[in-house]
Amino acid sequence: MSTTTEEAPAQRGRPSNPGERVAEWADGRLGLYKFAKSNLRKVFPDHWSFMLGEICLYSFTILILTGVYLTLFFHPSMNEVVYHGSYTPLQGVRMSEAYSSTLHISFDVRGGLLVRQIHHWSALIFIAAMIVHMMRVFFTGSFRKPREINWLFGWTLLFLGMFTGFTGYSLPDDLLSGTGVRFMEGAILSVPIVGTYLSMFLFGGEFPGHDFVGRFYSIHILLLPGMMAGLLVLHLILVFFHKHTQFPGAGKTEKNVVGAPFFPIYTAKAGGFFFIVFGVIAAIAAVATVNPIWEMGPYRPDQVSTGAQPDWYMGFSEGLIRVMPGWEIRAWGHTLVLGVFIPLMIFPLVMMSIAAYPFIEAWVTGDKSEHHLADRPRNRPVRTGIGVAWLTVYFILLIGGGNDIFATHFHLSINAITWFVRVSFFVAPVITYWITKRICLGLQRRDRDKVLHGRETGIIKRLPHGEFIEVHEPLSQQQLHVLTAHAQPKPLTLAPEVDENGVARKAGPIAKVQARLSQNWYGEHSQIPKPTAEEYEEITSGHGHH
Amino acid sequence: MTEIGSHNDVPENLPEHGSDHGHEAARKDPFANPGLPPHEFRRQDIDPKAARHSERVVTGLFVLSMLATIGFIACFVIFPVDKIVYIFPFGHVSALNFSLGLTLGVALFAIGAGAVHWARTLMSDEEITDERHRADADDQLRENVRQQWITGAKESGFGRRKMIRNSMLGALTLVPLAGVVLLRDLGPLPEKKLDHTAWAKGKKLINSNTSQPLRPEDVQVGSLTFAQPQGLEETQDDFQEQIAKAALMIVRLKPGDIKDKRERDWGHEGIVAFSKICTHVGCPISLYEQQTHHVLCPCHQSTFDLSDGARVLFGPAGHPLPQLRISVDGDGDLVALGDFEEPVGPAFWERS
Amino acid sequence: MAALVVLLFALAATGGLYAALAPAPKAQAQDSGQQSLAIEQGKKLYDVGCASCHNSNGQGSDDGPSLVGVGSAAVDFQVGTGRMPAQQPGPQVEKKKVIYTQAQIDQLAAYIASLGPGPAAPTKDQYSPADADVAKGGELFRTNCSQCHNFVGKGGALTHGKFAPSLKGSSSKHIYEAMQTGPQNMPSFPDSTMPSKDKADIIAYLHAVDTAQSPNPGGFTLGSLGPVSEGLFAWVFGLGTLLGLAVWLAARNTKAKKS
Repeated sequence: MSTTTEEAPAQRGRPSNPGERVAEWADGRLGLYKFAKSNLRKVFPDHWSFMLGEICLYSFTILILTGVYLTLFFHPSMNEVVYHGSYTPLQGVRMSEAYSSTLHISFDVRGGLLVRQIHHWSALIFIAAMIVHMMRVFFTGSFRKPREINWLFGWTLLFLGMFTGFTGYSLPDDLLSGTGVRFMEGAILSVPIVGTYLSMFLFGGEFPGHDFVGRFYSIHILLLPGMMAGLLVLHLILVFFHKHTQFPGAGKTEKNVVGAPFFPIYTAKAGGFFFIVFGVIAAIAAVATVNPIWEMGPYRPDQVSTGAQPDWYMGFSEGLIRVMPGWEIRAWGHTLVLGVFIPLMIFPLVMMSIAAYPFIEAWVTGDKSEHHLADRPRNRPVRTGIGVAWLTVYFILLIGGGNDIFATHFHLSINAITWFVRVSFFVAPVITYWITKRICLGLQRRDRDKVLHGRETGIIKRLPHGEFIEVHEPLSQQQLHVLTAHAQPKPLTLAPEVDENGVARKAGPIAKVQARLSQNWYGEHSQIPKPTAEEYEEITSGHGHH
Repeated sequence: MTEIGSHNDVPENLPEHGSDHGHEAARKDPFANPGLPPHEFRRQDIDPKAARHSERVVTGLFVLSMLATIGFIACFVIFPVDKIVYIFPFGHVSALNFSLGLTLGVALFAIGAGAVHWARTLMSDEEITDERHRADADDQLRENVRQQWITGAKESGFGRRKMIRNSMLGALTLVPLAGVVLLRDLGPLPEKKLDHTAWAKGKKLINSNTSQPLRPEDVQVGSLTFAQPQGLEETQDDFQEQIAKAALMIVRLKPGDIKDKRERDWGHEGIVAFSKICTHVGCPISLYEQQTHHVLCPCHQSTFDLSDGARVLFGPAGHPLPQLRISVDGDGDLVALGDFEEPVGPAFWERS
Repeated sequence: MAALVVLLFALAATGGLYAALAPAPKAQAQDSGQQSLAIEQGKKLYDVGCASCHNSNGQGSDDGPSLVGVGSAAVDFQVGTGRMPAQQPGPQVEKKKVIYTQAQIDQLAAYIASLGPGPAAPTKDQYSPADADVAKGGELFRTNCSQCHNFVGKGGALTHGKFAPSLKGSSSKHIYEAMQTGPQNMPSFPDSTMPSKDKADIIAYLHAVDTAQSPNPGGFTLGSLGPVSEGLFAWVFGLGTLLGLAVWLAARNTKAKKS
């Protein structure tokens, strides 16, 4: 440090505070002060739903920390050993080193079981939190310009997170995860033309071979988390760059952001929340078992247990696989395994439909402006309906993926559940879309009434002539503003077939589709006109509230 | 609204408040943004006693965290790794896992709760406003960047020297092929590996439970038995790959119950041997219902009828379970009359 | 159909009631231990409680299978777990309250065994020998049993609403008998393909992992059902708790004027 101060420019005096001296030192090399100036008092709006992303960030951090610990003890090897550890029901059983080292972590390393359970619970919570975070962004329209790219980053994180989870779940080489890997082999084999080649290359020969644990290991601990860490940093940089969205309210506009400063409020709250998330997951890991691989036994391709499921985030793809009819086309000496290949293709489609949504909406609505105020879901009935329909499909498929557990616990027939899922996959999203849209429009109507006639107080008053009325209390200006702050865009219309000079123009088919969709999005059946100032003046000045 | 600002107890360092820019506009537009509402003080802002209480709570939480960490270390030292204790309602849990998890949980949670409580009650809760700036550049900057780009492009001659450009693109396109080629040795080519199993003519059916050859009189109507080919040992290197294809499920039906003629012919006195590997995606299928003769896959619920050539009754499987032709050899043991006549397990492109 | 079910239910119930209230066998009969007397008593019980479905002399009818040759093990299991007498015929008859005493069950078993040779109810040495191998039992369990009954015997679904029941709380003898006789849709695992020693190993394994005393080192087992219950737990308690805390964290603190 002494040399540093000697080299430091003489213009500034040597700060007495050692912390400041470190800051000076770093400033000379990193431009710390310039960076801090724009970020130290950065404003973050406060809302509980804005903490969802942080649950993801922190559970990811916990996964990295606990994952590194687990690598210290885990042997990613499929060499066969005979178990002689401390778990008696498996004494003398042949198993892979991967499985026996996982038993070692669980029964012989002090705290190993805890770290394993924290790791696995964090993974389950991580992906659940990503889904909920994504839904928050979706339903409030926070993916709109300028945040579409960050939506894609987040979506990619979710997609990679699912595969990181799946590869990690497969590592212990227990009977349950091995069954999952075998399913993966079958799914790969269904790929036309190259399926068998892909399978041989993935497993280093015939299933299960001696390679997949080692290969999944490097994918699970290096490749995928590395990509995710990079995307995460980009995601956060963009959050800082765009500044957070906020809900409409008093003093909040498209041009500002209102909230608490990064330092100290947000530092304390967000920093504290990391410890809260970690603490809660540690406590969960103390009281609830997750993936008890010792109960499942080592993997053998000729053994299986009922209730063979993947972890929940793969449940919807499991549902697709379970409810698909067994279509197989055989011709010219080849087999096209549609019964497996179609669900294998629908699985990414379900995901990609949600990835592409911001671009589809922007195209349909022709919206090119920036948005920083979050939408209230009711004010965008079509989007809200689409989101609910997507969730419906997702949850219907989750039911399909757990149909055997649902059957035993609700005394139903798996065949009946499977048929229910097959039908609901097509019917239920249409119904929920329609219902959601109706509810949104109803809520818009209620908002309109509240603005024009005030809040229902529940107080019944009897007028002198005997009539009973309910007293309505006028809204505060802040409430009036919140209920009317949203824009009500006009649907796109096709330019007239004949322009003002009488020259005929033809609208292309794409433009026609766009106009029709736009009409659906913002036409008169999709939004209730919000009250105008004139309407409000007329009612309030005319006869007061009644 | 109460004007807290006039209150005598307000500490000096709290900023003044209550600017109502919105009121003017509100007269014109009833829905106009009223502007930030005046800041209201919390009890901790105006009552030193409340503030001291908060301070004590926050400190208490941090101290609790320290105690919990000490407890964590103590538990780590005290409890043996294999100690099981009964704790209601969790059951017979590992003392170490339970105590370490809870102490760690408390140690971490208390830090977080302390920090949040500090922020919520003692740090200023005054909302501040920041301006947003558009992401895109103004015209001048855009033009500036455009010019820089054009200058650079001109200097490189990228557009003019087409031969250089095209050959470079060609080189860049080809070079990743080296990486693709390197992946070739990830595994062997499929060839006919998936078409054959360890079964062959004359191989005895070895009972998976006893490792003894199965005899027809061992197999009763209504029973379920699993078998593997003679000579396949658990200790051999490719046991997992072999059993993944060769696993066999043996049931005995009353000959009259067998609806499929080929099934009856390929069995022995009602004893029939089917592949245990599901034709959907390869789970070991064996949920055999002895009264209905249905066998169900636990993974994706494909259901096969073992009394009718293992025909698919339900679920995502696309073709019946392959049957192994069996008979009895000179020792009176059940033997295979050959390999399966079709590939076992999931279907694939090359399967005819 | 409904009328038939009600009728059968009534028949079974009266039969059961009668059997329960019927005069207890004379002490002398038990003391004498004579096989023929037990058979005779068993036949009386059979005629009252069982014959309506299984027909007189056990040759079976549309409502119940033939009992000739099922052996005493099957009777001990079916009646000893309360599955028989059934309330109504069907693909799956569930376990319920046992209405016969063990002595009556033994008499019934003796009578059925006299109809034709079949597997005999096991002795204690058979189902809980001192030298059972838990690890071997685990391997056997995963090969033969877990596909229906789950890794640690929690049960699972079969086709069309049938299911493999949970094995928790089943006595060693009944588990042994179930393997021996293959009740209802369960296939049998006779001694010829699964020797008595193997069955004892399986029972020992279940004792190690599936009793009230079995350790669950990680905490709540969540039913040992695998990822479905874990996923639900992660959503409800994991994410639920964290969301609750996020609401607390982001909520405004109480304002002075309201207090």
